[in-house]
Amino acid sequence: MRWPLPLILGAGLTLFFVAAAALSFVWVPHAITDLSIGDKLQPSSASYPLGTDHFGRDLLSMLMVGARTSIAVAVVAVGIGIAGGVPLGLAAAAHRGSLLDEVIMRGNDLIFAFPSLVIAILITAVLGPSALNAILAIGIFNIPVFARVARGGALSLWTLDFILAARVAGKGTARISAEHILPNIANLLIVQGTIQFSLGILAEAGLSYVGLGAQPPTASWGRMLADAQTMIYSAPRLAILPGLAIVLMVLGLNLMGDGLRDLLDPRVRRARS
Amino acid sequence: MLRFAATRLLSLTLSLVAASLVIFTVIQVVPGDPASFMLGMNAQPETVAALREDLGLNAPLSARYLDWVGGMLSGDFGRSYTYRVPVAELIRDRLWVSLPLAVYALILSTVIAFPVGLIAAARRGKPADFTIMGATQLGIAVPNFWFAMLLVLFFAVNLRWFSAGGFPGWEAGLLPALKALTLPAVALALPQASILARVMRSALIETLGQDYIRTARAKGLNRRQALIRHALRNALIPVLTIIGLQFSFLLAGAIIIENVFYLPGLGRLIFQGITQRDLIVVESVVMLLVFAVIVVTFLVDIAYAVVDPRLRHRR
Amino acid sequence: MIRVRNLSMSIHGVPVLRELSFDIARGEVFGLVGESGSGKSMTALALMRLLPDGSTVTGSAKLGEVDLMTGSEARICAIRGSRIGMIFQEPMTALNPVQTIGDQVAETLVIHGRTGRAEALRAARARLDRVGLPAAEFPLSRFPHELSGGQRQRVCIAMAIALRPDLLIADEPTTALDVSTQAQILDLLKGLVEEERMGLMLITHDLAVVAGMADRLAVMQKGEVVEQGATEDLFRNMRHPYTRQLFEASGHRPAQTAQAAGSGLLEVDKAVRDYSRRGRGLIRPAAPFRAVNRVSFEIGRGESLGLVGESGCGKSTLTRAILGLEPLQGGTITLDGERIQAGRAMPAHMRRKMQIVFQDPYGSFNPRWKVGHLVAEPFHLSDRPVDIAARVADALREVGLAPEDAQKYIHEFSGGQRQRIAIARALIMRPELIVLDEAVSALDVRVRAQILDLLADLRAAHGLAYLFISHDLNVVRAITDRVLVMKAGEIVEQGATETVLAAPSHPYTQQLIAASPVIPAQWRDEGGQHGRPLV
Repeated sequence: MRWPLPLILGAGLTLFFVAAAALSFVWVPHAITDLSIGDKLQPSSASYPLGTDHFGRDLLSMLMVGARTSIAVAVVAVGIGIAGGVPLGLAAAAHRGSLLDEVIMRGNDLIFAFPSLVIAILITAVLGPSALNAILAIGIFNIPVFARVARGGALSLWTLDFILAARVAGKGTARISAEHILPNIANLLIVQGTIQFSLGILAEAGLSYVGLGAQPPTASWGRMLADAQTMIYSAPRLAILPGLAIVLMVLGLNLMGDGLRDLLDPRVRRARS
Repeated sequence: MLRFAATRLLSLTLSLVAASLVIFTVIQVVPGDPASFMLGMNAQPETVAALREDLGLNAPLSARYLDWVGGMLSGDFGRSYTYRVPVAELIRDRLWVSLPLAVYALILSTVIAFPVGLIAAARRGKPADFTIMGATQLGIAVPNFWFAMLLVLFFAVNLRWFSAGGFPGWEAGLLPALKALTLPAVALALPQASILARVMRSALIETLGQDYIRTARAKGLNRRQALIRHALRNALIPVLTIIGLQFSFLLAGAIIIENVFYLPGLGRLIFQGITQRDLIVVESVVMLLVFAVIVVTFLVDIAYAVVDPRLRHRR
Repeated sequence: MIRVRNLSMSIHGVPVLRELSFDIARGEVFGLVGESGSGKSMTALALMRLLPDGSTVTGSAKLGEVDLMTGSEARICAIRGSRIGMIFQEPMTALNPVQTIGDQVAETLVIHGRTGRAEALRAARARLDRVGLPAAEFPLSRFPHELSGGQRQRVCIAMAIALRPDLLIADEPTTALDVSTQAQILDLLKGLVEEERMGLMLITHDLAVVAGMADRLAVMQKGEVVEQGATEDLFRNMRHPYTRQLFEASGHRPAQTAQAAGSGLLEVDKAVRDYSRRGRGLIRPAAPFRAVNRVSFEIGRGESLGLVGESGCGKSTLTRAILGLEPLQGGTITLDGERIQAGRAMPAHMRRKMQIVFQDPYGSFNPRWKVGHLVAEPFHLSDRPVDIAARVADALREVGLAPEDAQKYIHEFSGGQRQRIAIARALIMRPELIVLDEAVSALDVRVRAQILDLLADLRAAHGLAYLFISHDLNVVRAITDRVLVMKAGEIVEQGATETVLAAPSHPYTQQLIAASPVIPAQWRDEGGQHGRPLV
């Protein structure tokens, strides 16, 4: 099967940032804890490919470590969403119309009323700011998203005859959910996972920007933008580059999500073959 | 229809009660003793005791919760510990920045997204569609607060069409106030418009594949007539869902973007509240935000029923 | 009136219609018959110029002086709905769910600029009255979801004939409907043809339907018309072998070795199945809906029992209770003397005795499993035998497939092959009873005949009992010994199949039989001389 172009492009961009983040564990051009005020606000040069910030830190190194923060936060948050949401969604679908379904769905609605920023505000207000807040806030907000996707996908499957055949074969709801439902909604979950991944990166940037996420000295794209704001007239480069990194990473993930949907959606696939 | 509205109203009330319980628990129960939390570790025991008295923390939890909710219902949000003024006053001024900003952005986003999505769907697979899809793909990837910085850089610093920030207040007149909100609203609206336009396009394309569109074409409607007369209203149902969700994103976005433009809105208030550990302010503002989101969800539900007759007959 | 000459069409270079030529005259019913994929629906869409993307057409189709294949899009739009009307197979989705039926019918008039809205609504009212939807019960303000399938199809007809077109194209207009409703809709169409002097192009897979309706008939196979002519003449002579095959298959009855029913296997005693109505009330609970009302019957070992009824009569609900998937609210069902209980309460050794084959060959299988895995799923009910692969291979061989097919995925098989796989899955535990829930309804006639043969053979070989659920009396006659007729949750008549179908005693059974279209017996006899004797 031919890979769709958006998928190649998106996977390429994503891979690029993941590689940069991975590389930052073992090597960066300059350690980001190196503050050399003498070298502050340097333009790009051989020693500082993208220049330095107001503390004289190497911008490229900051961006690499920032990628690590963004990806880590988003991945864990998606993990929380899947681990929490998918079982709930499957259970709700398996017992459609029951009290359990009602409770799960109303609980979902309730969480939807709390945008992740609001959750972050609540957590920060009592626990103080940290990167963990961002993870928790985005992760909690992801739970109802995945619960809905899982429930929606599962509901249409539960009406199909092969589920009835499995019940005639004496299988219980949990087993049917695991054997028949989950593999058939995996596509939906993968696609939603990429979307939530990209939304997570945007949300992390926003939270760090207002000081509810990663705290110094942890490098984070959102944090870098907040620092750059006061120098937007003197050093616009500092405000533009981290933003560009966010845009490219999110763009990559979204393109990958679209491409995966085309690749995995049986309707599209059938039309193509 | 009335029955539908009544049951929705009931569920709205239940959501509000549940949300208020969650907020109350997080703010008042989780920190242990809110008074010593607010005053920090080095506070004198007497000061803590005084604040406890002041905040009524000696009463049992249930009484405190009912007191809080009862107060909010009568417009009393308590007194800010740091500002020493009623929270209601603080909120009132700032609400008139954040709420208009969110609504302005929502209107902009909808006004942009509808025609764009419609054109893309009508010209599916043609160059116009590809251009729109590419542009919206980019639009979704742009963080709104960064986009706001770019707008400031370009329109305020380079072109000097707008001021870089600040808000003259509504007393200064409608136009100056709206002008001050325009760049922030555009920054908020464009990413959301990109999402909405894409949803609009795919909803339209989905409905265009339905049997009743074929029926309409068999009646003699041309493509455009079938799109406008039959697909549009059916496609509105998923689009409404997104518009409802977007309001909460826009409200949250407004809070973030106020930082870029130094707007005296709820965002500034709440971040000051967090830094100064003023739990009373945080609690009330969060409740207000959640209230707004829940009310908008309710309005979207009602709008569904207006659009879709099948819903009016369900509960 | 309409003259089609050498009409060919291909989609992305793949030919779907080849050199079609036919005429339809005013006041004439022209039947177009063929199996799925024969191109009959494409022919209709081609005449409407509602073609899928990437299609190219050659040849001509003239309505009066206008060539429908070359006219400008604007010109064709002016013809669609005004000079040619069309109705489709699936009335449930054919209407816009958010618009009233009045507006939808009136739109035909408004769009062609004949009248203003008020006048159009008055005309719509008249048309709805004409198609049997009187104002008292069906005001213009009704929405489609408030109507049944048959009523929606009437709305579609009202829409299509609003401007009294020269030609009405009906693409499988009754396939999604129950027999009684089908008979009413066909009557309505026939009446309209006579009254309005329009031509009707009736597309169907059902030979019996066209036999009763069409003046002239064309048989399509693989995009070609293999034979056409006056209906009676065509049936009597059947010059083309494909026509004969279709004809034989549609009346096919497997050679049955008469089997005496053994001792009692399944006993249903005063079974009651209630549903609580969803969506009514937290506040005041609605009275439950009784889907199955004190139903009693027996199935003997090795007996084939038919269960006939229209949609919503409770047959599926009854089936789920028999299979131990849903509990009864009253009465009992016993299998081999043991009482059937729903859910986990039912022991595996009992479940093993019953299996099921469904209607839809596409929804019956998990698309992510290989066939071997699918067929072996019922082994969940026993300790997994060591020779599982061999048993799967046996089962596949028994239903006429190759053991190697176990390694394939389900999408690699056709509808008929999938039904064979479903039968293999049902057989693998060597059950005593197989429930066949409309198991051949979705299949083309020739495939259906093969599956019926297979079922008869398997029954003879293994002494299986069947509970054969169907809406199609012909099929029930072909495969069952005894039949139950179910209506509104109750068994209204039961007895030996031949007896019940030949001399029904209950008015409902009589009505069902009268409504089922048949090919006239005298045509059948002569047609039969050309082919195999029809048992």
